[in-house]
This record gives sequence, structure tokens and C-alpha cells, in this order.
Amino acid sequence: MKASLERLVDRASDEGLLDVAYATFDSPFGPLLLAATPRGLVKLSLPGHDPEEALDDLATRISPRVLEAPARLDEARRELDLYFEGKLTEFDLPLDWQLSRDFRRRALRAIDRIPYGKTRNYTEIARSAGNERAVRAAGTACGANPIPIVVPCHRVLRSSGALGGYGGGLPMKEALLELEGIR
Amino acid sequence: MPPFQTLIDEHAAEVMGVLRGAVGRTDADDCFQETFLAALRAYPKLKDGSNLRGWLLTIAHRKAIDHHRANGRRAVPVAEVIEVAVSDPEPGDGIWEKVGALPPKQRAAVALRYGSDLPHAEIAAALGCSPEAARRSLHEGIKRLRKELA
Repeated sequence: MKASLERLVDRASDEGLLDVAYATFDSPFGPLLLAATPRGLVKLSLPGHDPEEALDDLATRISPRVLEAPARLDEARRELDLYFEGKLTEFDLPLDWQLSRDFRRRALRAIDRIPYGKTRNYTEIARSAGNERAVRAAGTACGANPIPIVVPCHRVLRSSGALGGYGGGLPMKEALLELEGIR
Repeated sequence: MPPFQTLIDEHAAEVMGVLRGAVGRTDADDCFQETFLAALRAYPKLKDGSNLRGWLLTIAHRKAIDHHRANGRRAVPVAEVIEVAVSDPEPGDGIWEKVGALPPKQRAAVALRYGSDLPHAEIAAALGCSPEAARRSLHEGIKRLRKELA
């Protein structure tokens, strides 16, 4: 049965029928769900978030042709492994931004440019996204980041230096900053 | 519609079992691939998701029938025992081999009714015939099996 299913995934991919491939990944913080379209990594779901819900959401917003296809996420898993070991400072993965639009997408692209080991505040992100006064919206964009860790919203802090929020919980945000030598 | 993977998780084993009963172990995987690729192609446009299992089994049986048609008069491989059945098939030695030796429509009708527990209307949909014709195929199949087992 396993061989049949692997063959099915390969054939679906060859025929352009694999719209969303997903896999789970065991991180030091718990299991992550990774999902990619043919364009690139589209979703990373942090521990504490229901993976079923994330998959239902992808089926609704992108395509119901969602298949478990771990081989399609090998490179993402390899880079995440290295990142958590402190051996990788820049992800080199194609990203699919389709789950974010307009201001949020611009804010997330600004966040994507924050270098490893550096932080920005929400005001700076709002400015980079083209609207300095939209500080709250910049915070919302972080909270709605579909690809956390890879798009490093954990590097965005309040201007006071306070942590702000994090989808994976503040201890995780703190641990990621520590990993990068920030705190 | 739920993610397609749910259909695989819930029904792939049964679809494979039904196909092994309908076309034999050697050709079951090809029919399995054709079934799920056809389903995957049609899935985004599917309007009614209330009976996905019946939908998949219908496709599977069409693929099995296509397979038999394509093979024409070639000898039909002996069917294997269905691995996963909703209702337990009647116990008895070699009954599914006998089912496998029935003419395609009778075989499909018997496998769908007793292997997959489908109602007559869905068997008819799977075979592309009227419910009466499905009932007749089923009846003929059972009669023949009774005779052979007597």
C-alpha cells in the first residue's frame, strides 16, 4: 500500500495535480506542519496550532488537492534542522506569498529582510511596508504570518524592547531570539 | 471539500481491496492509480461531498470495468480475497475466487454489494446502468455462485 501511495503522489505531481504538499517536522518546540505549493513554501504551522485546521484552511483557500508528500519538503526540513542547531543563518527556500495580501504582504516581506540576530520594532516594519502610522496593522501582519520562523516575525519587538506577541507563545519567541544570540 | 489526503487516509485501503476483488492483485494497483488520479482531477469541481466514499468506489468500479473492456477476451485473473470489507463477506473457502470468475458486470455487482456494502442505487451508478439492471446482475451473479457452490 505504501508503494502505491508513493507512486500516486509522484504521478499526481507529474500531472500537475498536487496543489499543496505537506509534511510534519519534529522541531525542538514540538511538531511543525509544513506545506508547499509548486511555487514554494506557503505555510508553516507552529506547535499548539491544530494541524487539521491548518490543512482545512489550505484546502479552502488554495485548493482541496492537498496530499501528504514529505519528499516535496525535504529541503525545507533540512534547512529547519540546521537552523535549530544554530548552523544556518539564512533560509534559501522559494516562498509562496499567496496567503497574504496588500499591506500584510508588504509587512511580511519587510520582516523577511531582517537579518539573522537583528531585531526591528513594529513601527519600523510599518514604515517599510509603506505606512508608518499602521503600527497596529504591522502587529496584526506578524500575528497572521503564514510562514513563521522562515519569515522571522520573532525578530520584531515593541519599541520599548518588550517581546510583543508570538503565535507559538512567548517562551518560543524568547528561545528563538536566544538561539540567534539576541537575548 | 476536506483535504484530499483525508479521502486517501479513510478509503484507500478499501478501494484497493475492492479493486483486488474486481480485477485481481496484479492489475489492482494500476486501477488504483487511475481511480485516485481521476478523483484528484475532478475533486475541486465536485459539488456534493456528502458521500465521498461512494463517489470513490463508483470511480473505482468504472476503472475496473474499463480495465476488463480494454482486456477484451483476455483471460481474467483470479480475484483475491477482499481485504477490507464494510460487512464481513460470507465465510467459505474460495468464495471470492468464484466471484472473480463471474462475468464482469455480475462480478462487479456482487463485489459492490457484499464487498463494499453499497445499496442498489449506488451499484447502478457504479456500473452505469439502471437499478433494475444492477439488481438483475447481482441476482444472476448470486444464482451462478449458488449453483457452483452447491
